[in-house]
Amino acid sequence: MSEVTATPAKPAAKPAAPAAHGAAKPVAAAKMTPEMSAIAAKFGGAVEAAQYEGLLVTDHSKFIEIATYVRDVLKYNQLTNNTATDYIKDGVIEVVNQFTRVPQGGAPLTLKLRVPRPSGHDKTQPVPSLCPLYPGAEFQERETYDMYGVVFEGNPDLRRILMWEGFNGWPLRKDWKEAYYEGDTKPFESRWPGGDHKLAEERVPWEDNVNYPPGFDPFAFKPHPDGDIYDSMLAPSDGTVSIDNGHGVAPTIVEGLNASEMAELKTDEIIVNMGPQHPSTHGVLRMVVKLDGEKVTDLKLALGYLHRNHEKIGERNTWLHNIPYTDRLDYITGIYNEWGYVLGVERMMGLKTTDRVEYLRVITGELTRLASHFWAIGFLLNDLGAFFTPALYFITERDLIIDLLEAVTGSRMMCNYMRFGGVSRDFTSAQWAMARELAFERLPRTIDELDHFLTENEILKARSIGTGYMSADRCIAHSLTGPCLRAAGIGYDVRRADPYGYYDRFDFDIPVLYNGDVYDRYLVRVQEMRESLKIIQQALNQAETQSKVGDIQGGKKAYNHRVPAGQCYARVETPKGELGYYLVSDGNQNPYKYHIRSCSYINLNSMKEMAVGQKVADSVVILGSLDIVLGEVDR
Amino acid sequence: MATQTTNIPDELKNDPRVPEDLNNNIFITTLDKIYNWGRKRSMWPLLFGLACCAIEMICTAASRHDLSRFGWELMRASPRQADLMIVSGTVTKKMIPQIVRLYNQMPEPRYVVAMGSCATSGGPFKEGYNVVSGIDKFIPVDVYIPGCPPRPEALLHSFVKLQEKIEKQSIRTVRWYTTGKTDNGMLVPYLGPDLVDLRRADEIKQKTAL
Amino acid sequence: MAIIGSGILTGLGVTLRHFVETYIEDFKYMGKKAGVQPRMIRRQSPKAKGIVTIEYPMEKMPVPENFRYIPFLVKDDKTNEDRCTSCGICAKVCPPQCIWIARTEDPVTKRPVPAPKDFFIDSTICMNCGYCAEFCPFDAIKMNTDYEIAYYPETENDMRLVYDKNRLTMNESFHWNIHPSVKAAELEAKAADEAKAKAAAEAAAKKAAADAAKKVALAAAPVVPDAPVASVAPTPAAGGAAMAARAAAAARAAAAAKK
Repeated sequence: MSEVTATPAKPAAKPAAPAAHGAAKPVAAAKMTPEMSAIAAKFGGAVEAAQYEGLLVTDHSKFIEIATYVRDVLKYNQLTNNTATDYIKDGVIEVVNQFTRVPQGGAPLTLKLRVPRPSGHDKTQPVPSLCPLYPGAEFQERETYDMYGVVFEGNPDLRRILMWEGFNGWPLRKDWKEAYYEGDTKPFESRWPGGDHKLAEERVPWEDNVNYPPGFDPFAFKPHPDGDIYDSMLAPSDGTVSIDNGHGVAPTIVEGLNASEMAELKTDEIIVNMGPQHPSTHGVLRMVVKLDGEKVTDLKLALGYLHRNHEKIGERNTWLHNIPYTDRLDYITGIYNEWGYVLGVERMMGLKTTDRVEYLRVITGELTRLASHFWAIGFLLNDLGAFFTPALYFITERDLIIDLLEAVTGSRMMCNYMRFGGVSRDFTSAQWAMARELAFERLPRTIDELDHFLTENEILKARSIGTGYMSADRCIAHSLTGPCLRAAGIGYDVRRADPYGYYDRFDFDIPVLYNGDVYDRYLVRVQEMRESLKIIQQALNQAETQSKVGDIQGGKKAYNHRVPAGQCYARVETPKGELGYYLVSDGNQNPYKYHIRSCSYINLNSMKEMAVGQKVADSVVILGSLDIVLGEVDR
Repeated sequence: MATQTTNIPDELKNDPRVPEDLNNNIFITTLDKIYNWGRKRSMWPLLFGLACCAIEMICTAASRHDLSRFGWELMRASPRQADLMIVSGTVTKKMIPQIVRLYNQMPEPRYVVAMGSCATSGGPFKEGYNVVSGIDKFIPVDVYIPGCPPRPEALLHSFVKLQEKIEKQSIRTVRWYTTGKTDNGMLVPYLGPDLVDLRRADEIKQKTAL
Repeated sequence: MAIIGSGILTGLGVTLRHFVETYIEDFKYMGKKAGVQPRMIRRQSPKAKGIVTIEYPMEKMPVPENFRYIPFLVKDDKTNEDRCTSCGICAKVCPPQCIWIARTEDPVTKRPVPAPKDFFIDSTICMNCGYCAEFCPFDAIKMNTDYEIAYYPETENDMRLVYDKNRLTMNESFHWNIHPSVKAAELEAKAADEAKAKAAAEAAAKKAAADAAKKVALAAAPVVPDAPVASVAPTPAAGGAAMAARAAAAARAAAAAKK
């Protein structure tokens, strides 16, 4: 179970207590788990129970020691989530780290750090970085730095990641306001009852979504050079790679030259920029690769080209408003994103769902998993050079799934299907029949065909076997989740590790393979599609006998939910990996903190290590095998 | 003869100026018509996806909706070979310099379709700090498609609309054949403390002066 | 161990089968026009095989009833009244806040009247989530299924994507046409509402008559300052019965909204 420290929702006789962040004492001190007690016993004075949940490390100098203990003794070997919360009334910014045990699962352990809130646009005091212990922290810490200005001492590449270097301010701080700022919380007063349509442009002085600091002179200003991404790559190297990732570091060989002649031969290294507009980068990702011949010697990612400010908007939205926004995270897998979010809110509110709801969630969720894997495999093959034929076949199949989802939910991709305690609609009998036909006849046949079509293909095998290898230990350390982790021999799946929904009622396997390369990731996805089908088939059968048609909404249809003060980290296993929502409520209609632990984003963290030492064409394939969706990467 | 006429577009058939007995053998048309007819049926879109709408764009190019029925199937990854830019998704401030640059690199005549709410005005993310409220603030847009995201058919409908628009154009008046008015491209904005639109640099300097 | 190349050959076999299947489908439908409905429906059903292309401008796939695009407002066919009472719930649940509602005020009493003075939906912000339709207590706002609204601006400052009340309002018959499954239920509810309103009006009329009689009886008695007479609301005219029902419903909704 996830750790929920909020009290269950009582019938709201009176409004819940207002924000308690100004209080000197923590509102609800965290419940101590055995692991937390162990840390408290060992590091007595350095930790205390944190507000709502987890441990607060008061002595920052002990933090690395504690984290090492957490990793090596308590065996929390993966950093699953790193973010910060701005408690503006307390005058602190709280850095949150959550650790899990992989593959055992169970509730995550939370370690928090508090730093005083600097004034204006200053950065905070440095806090120790977890990068030396958990390499997977790198991107997450950079994001926290980018959004809150929290400085992580020891992060190897602490630059802005989603915004650009030189951007004015730290967007997620509570006192930072954007140009189109209209109010702290939605619904805005201006909409009703005296609503007169006004474009946002008409409300702001610049007539545009921009804001400049006073004294800014566009003529004198020199844009921050884009070169900072290149700087660290410019240093000439000897053509070998510094990372030992198991690929071996074979020096470049030119036929007809012996070793000493090779050493004398100076090959020029070139830096190639791929993206953000590039057919192989799956959207607006930018990849900067340093090449020695065709071999990748260094690789850097530039993200944020689709950063749509989900978290800032999410903190202004009401709890309900956020559901359709989650659809737009990983837009291939809309329903699963919603599920993670409503799961978190339901846990905080203590809502119960009906059998029917849970079955419908499983059916629609697994259908999107199928659609997503069809898409992923189709476009992996695109990257491998099988241009568009497999993708066309699989998009046809996906279209059928999407048709069903559209008929049920009303939209092809942005389903907006989940509600707190329910779903928006039940299947009609015709839709149910179509679901049965898809699950029992069409899709099993298609997946067999897919297998037949591709799996034994020699070109596919030649290109993908051994490509993008990463060992199980490194995968865990890099916070990798999803099919890529399972292809490296770790059977970690949130559906089993931290169960939610009715997954315990179905008989299905978690496919695991052991080579950790692109081919195994492909195979894991194919196997997962079969397992998904098994789940859907069982769910359809069980739902017919064990649930009542139309019993879909728990309680009254409400739109102004108040969530009891507390925090929750809810996670689900999306087709891409572990999608988590870190939610903090102060008892109001809007989330106080809304953070998305995005699997695509964190999976990209390991991209460099996988690609270095490979050919440049393979780096494209590796990216394809990670199966990222830019909407979720950049949010 | 009959088989030949079936291949002739409607707008070229049965012109009253042609004597009746020559009707199936001679066609009269204006240069505009023949030019527009060719142009509207062979647009090559730029292979360029931004966000959610790009997925619907790919679906449009896939088997079910099959963009190639329009003669538009060649999605070129290079802007130098493309006639049409489908801005499919949210345009962020970080991305807009690249988009303007891509637009500038497209040879004229070039057309732009703003697909979905986000490209039209910023859409549901309009209030976001990193979102440009509409691609039309930076490059001229020919057709807008509302919807979040538009169905593939809605995208196809926008192509029908774009064809309609092209039909209305005349070689004599279009920008790219009139001397002296050639569009040298848009000024590429840069990323300062916020997005800096160089066309407004004077105004920015005035307003931010201490 | 398989022979080298056999994997590629089996893969090619699959593409060949797909290729042949397109012709099999063609033979099956030989002589039938491209726009024939069953073929199109078959192409998007789980039984689809071979050619799956829908030739869009010529043949259009029917959209499902639940499909949602831009919202519209429903007005009564007969009375020409909006169903909307300007309760503001749709504006509150709208995630990107793209709905603006101006409430009508009574020019004399300055009290709100349950009808919108103006109603704007900025379709360039709308995210088609369908919350407005889902949470509307009066079924007054519904989601349109018409997706063919792409346009090219013909003038400068073409604001056609901001829908005002005129452009948003649609007939009930249009709504029932695209949402056939709710027609029966809505008609039934409407009939029930009307019957209720009629009964209420009759009761009110009766009460008014009784009060009038009482008034006559009391006329002789000394004047009481807080006589119940004063609180008797003006009896709604027969034609205003529906309005009274709407006002009652609006009050209910307002109470719900406050909560």
